[in-house]
Amino acid sequence: MSTIANTIFSPEMAARFDKLVTIYPVRRSALVPMLLYAQDDLGYVSDAAVAEIALRIEILELDVRNVLSYYSMLRTKPAGKYNVQVCTNISCMLRGGYEILDHCKHKLGIGHKEVTPDGVFSLEEVECIGACCWAPAMQINYDFHDDLTPEKVDVLFQMYKDGQGKDVK
Amino acid sequence: MPDVTFTVDGNKLTAPAGTLLIEACKSAGIEIPAFCYYPGLSLQAACRMCVVRIEKMPKLQTACTTPVAEGMVVQTETPEIAQARKATLQLLLGNHPLDCPVCDAGGECELQDMTFKYGAADSFYAEPKNHREEQKWSPVVYFDRPRCILCYRCVRMCGEGMDVFALGIQNRGSSSVIAPNVPAQMSPDDLAHVDCEQCGMCIDACPVGALTSGTYRYKTRPWEMNHVATVCTHCGDGCKTTLGVRSTSDGAEIVRGDNRDKSGINGDFLCNKGRYAFDFANSPDRITQPLVRNSSGVLLPVSWEQALEHVGKKLRELRDTRGGKSIGVVGGNRLTNEEAYLLQKFARTVLQTNNIDHHRTADYVSFAQALAGTTGKAASQRDIEKSPAIFIIGGDPTNQNPLTAWNLRSNVRLNKARIYIANTEEIKLRRNAKAFLHVAPFGYSALADLMSGDDSTLESLVQPGTNKQVALDFRAALRAEEEVVVLIGSELRGGDLKKVIEFGTKLPGRKFALLSDYVNSRGAADMGLLPDMLPGYTPITAGSNLATEYNIATEPGLDMLEIFDAAGKGELSALYVVGANPVARFGVDPAALRNTFVVVQEMFLTETAALADVILPAANLYEKSGSVTNSYGDLQQVNKAGDRAGVRTDFEMIVRIADKMGANMRALVPFGKGLHADMGQTRGAQSGEADRHAVWLTANNLEPRLSPFDPMAILDEINRLVPGYSLLRLQLLSGNDQHLSPAAPSDLVQITNRRDLVLPANDGLFTSGTLGRYSAMLADLQQNAASRTAAAEQTAAD
Ligand code: SF4
Ligand code: SF4
Ligand code: SF4
Ligand code: FES
Ligand code: FES
Repeated sequence: MSTIANTIFSPEMAARFDKLVTIYPVRRSALVPMLLYAQDDLGYVSDAAVAEIALRIEILELDVRNVLSYYSMLRTKPAGKYNVQVCTNISCMLRGGYEILDHCKHKLGIGHKEVTPDGVFSLEEVECIGACCWAPAMQINYDFHDDLTPEKVDVLFQMYKDGQGKDVK
Repeated sequence: MPDVTFTVDGNKLTAPAGTLLIEACKSAGIEIPAFCYYPGLSLQAACRMCVVRIEKMPKLQTACTTPVAEGMVVQTETPEIAQARKATLQLLLGNHPLDCPVCDAGGECELQDMTFKYGAADSFYAEPKNHREEQKWSPVVYFDRPRCILCYRCVRMCGEGMDVFALGIQNRGSSSVIAPNVPAQMSPDDLAHVDCEQCGMCIDACPVGALTSGTYRYKTRPWEMNHVATVCTHCGDGCKTTLGVRSTSDGAEIVRGDNRDKSGINGDFLCNKGRYAFDFANSPDRITQPLVRNSSGVLLPVSWEQALEHVGKKLRELRDTRGGKSIGVVGGNRLTNEEAYLLQKFARTVLQTNNIDHHRTADYVSFAQALAGTTGKAASQRDIEKSPAIFIIGGDPTNQNPLTAWNLRSNVRLNKARIYIANTEEIKLRRNAKAFLHVAPFGYSALADLMSGDDSTLESLVQPGTNKQVALDFRAALRAEEEVVVLIGSELRGGDLKKVIEFGTKLPGRKFALLSDYVNSRGAADMGLLPDMLPGYTPITAGSNLATEYNIATEPGLDMLEIFDAAGKGELSALYVVGANPVARFGVDPAALRNTFVVVQEMFLTETAALADVILPAANLYEKSGSVTNSYGDLQQVNKAGDRAGVRTDFEMIVRIADKMGANMRALVPFGKGLHADMGQTRGAQSGEADRHAVWLTANNLEPRLSPFDPMAILDEINRLVPGYSLLRLQLLSGNDQHLSPAAPSDLVQITNRRDLVLPANDGLFTSGTLGRYSAMLADLQQNAASRTAAAEQTAAD
């Protein structure tokens, strides 16, 4: 049961949020996890989500936006069904991360933070994703793919296109 | 706290432990540059400009966050520090355009000064600057993003200082940006806006020209103005405001209002009205020529001489034929004390009538009577800044007395003051209160009972359905406080007001204040613009000093409503209105004044002026000199800033009319002391000059008050005769406030059963009585607020 009337989230998510605000010493600590869950639920953090989260945490919408805009992993616009995040930080850069990124751009026909017209893929250049040992690496939604080569990327994209990739959210 | 001793740049200094190094240095005359530090707001340490070298500490330290310690040895200006500051500046200038020649802040900018001092204008950064167009966040707040150095002063000022929280910071690193609370995508015009109180405090706090003011931007440069410290004409809080004035072809125009002179009772603060709503003075709608109605009923411009001659002759005729009692006088709430005093003296001694009143925005008569016979029981605005506990009954300071609200919030934030609020509305200040008692509609009388220990009316006090224990707990908490300022809203009056005060005066450590609208509402009452009270709340019936001195009839005159009733019955031969709009305020039927000779001193063609037979164009408070008294009884000096050709001060007009009536001028205005002054010479708008001249003359043992147009001559008389107004002359003239507490003389008979004529004005943030209607900026802000509300309702409905 949701404490917010007309919640925009699914009943499960709403229930989760109800609990979330109770488990920290201060209510506002629930802000960042709540934003992440909201993004997973809706694909991005919409204005309506901002409004409801502000209400739930009992802070101003402005406060929510201040935090939301700080983190580059939080989006305010929809991403593709599969969000491809290519690392170009030092280890990956040294092991060909930029080639992988360029390959993705070429292959998908989109640039940084763009979405393919069919809405299946979106592309992002990101900082270190903690997979340096197996660089170059990328993350598609919450799934990691490492030791990449352009060929491997092609296989991966085909796999996702065929609906065989894990759609972890 | 005990004092500690430390060394700065080789000087031995002492300061209380806990003092911030930057403050300790400032007190000792050592300047440490700072961008993000702002006294009274939380510490940020964002800019690194204040770095100093402290012995035995690794790295340079920020003076704005370091408390002084015993034996500390500090260097504030070494090549190492200069280099660090220069590097900091280069970073801050990374996106900054250094467009000082066109920037509003140019000449008053902390960044400009520092860039100049440390020579950091050229930089090693080759990256292109990140330019953004300026944004109009509201009619008064503009944002030029590239100039912002991200010091967070505005964010803290708006949040901590104003309790509005309309500004935030978004993004990260070099793309960080100050953002207002209405994002572009949520605004009907797709532009970002602030939905806020429009106080402009963020603009004042901004160390650079990133936030600029809608009224001032791109109009002039700071060094092209004269800066005159005077008192805001709007609410009764009495903020000192510095007006930036520039000469024009027909006088002097006010271009800016701010609080550069932080010496006043308002310290840092000004609300939007003090800051922006001076524009009525520059309005093209102002009347600048005397107008007299001709035989066919048309108002025609005439010369001053003709107009005054006409008024003098008519008033004398009517007084002599129909008697002084057939004449009514209405004074205003924005007159100086000297003018108000002179007006009632003129009415009583020259017009020979006690039919004099003003729009009473709070019941100061009951207030003074309730405090009769006590001393030190009246609170000053200064008490709100530091009293450990404040009890607010009624009122809505946030909207009606913004400085009071600011002082309350600062007191809570900086001194942990405890605020107790009892109100029929859920006023915003309850957010800062320790306890809030939601009083049932019309429950103030029951509240007064409760406070005086009578629980019988408890039922009608609390909101229906609430536990009565809340009220009892509230009282218990309040009683436990040793020192309390009781702040009373203007809706409390008469018996209720007296009940609250009379009980409170019996408790130790209680002080009282009654809030009101308009700069000199309190002064108007203090100065006796009342039918039954002489100045200082001296009942007219008694043989007081004043009555003897004036040698007048001791029968109370007609009050405001009776004056217009008399007019309706054809018994009012003349009505003299000075700076007031009773026709609109009291809904007077214009037909009632058909057979009355009406003289109005006004700036604009108000509802009252439109009915006048003679309109005399008046100067406003920003164009005259004298003194005013705020709601608390704090007396302050008013200085002439603006000027408009063709208008005269109310003081001068009263004097001239009296002269034309053949009055004994020396008895009316005690000037000259034996010297013969030149009555024909007008000082008019120059009366400020006369004041300063008089100070010099007094100081040199020469003869001051050479002319009857010198308000200081009346101030002398106020000082001599008005109970409670024994003021400190030097304190006044040096621009400081002083607290006066005229209490009704307790040995005199008090009149009971007075008619309740108090009509609180309830002006909010964007209104200011009749005057406010002539401020284009206030009109803009009202419209802006209305469109925000409409947009919000739209979203809520979606
Ligand atoms: S004008 Fe006042 S209320 Fe509005 S954003 Fe600035 S500080 Fe805040
Ligand atoms: S707008 Fe002004 S006060 Fe606000 S952060 Fe920028 S420089 Fe500082
Ligand atoms: S608080 Fe009152 S006196 Fe102060 S600036 Fe605002 S209107 Fe003027
Ligand atoms: S640098 Fe790419 S995963 Fe760490
Ligand atoms: S003033 Fe000290 S860091 Fe900004």
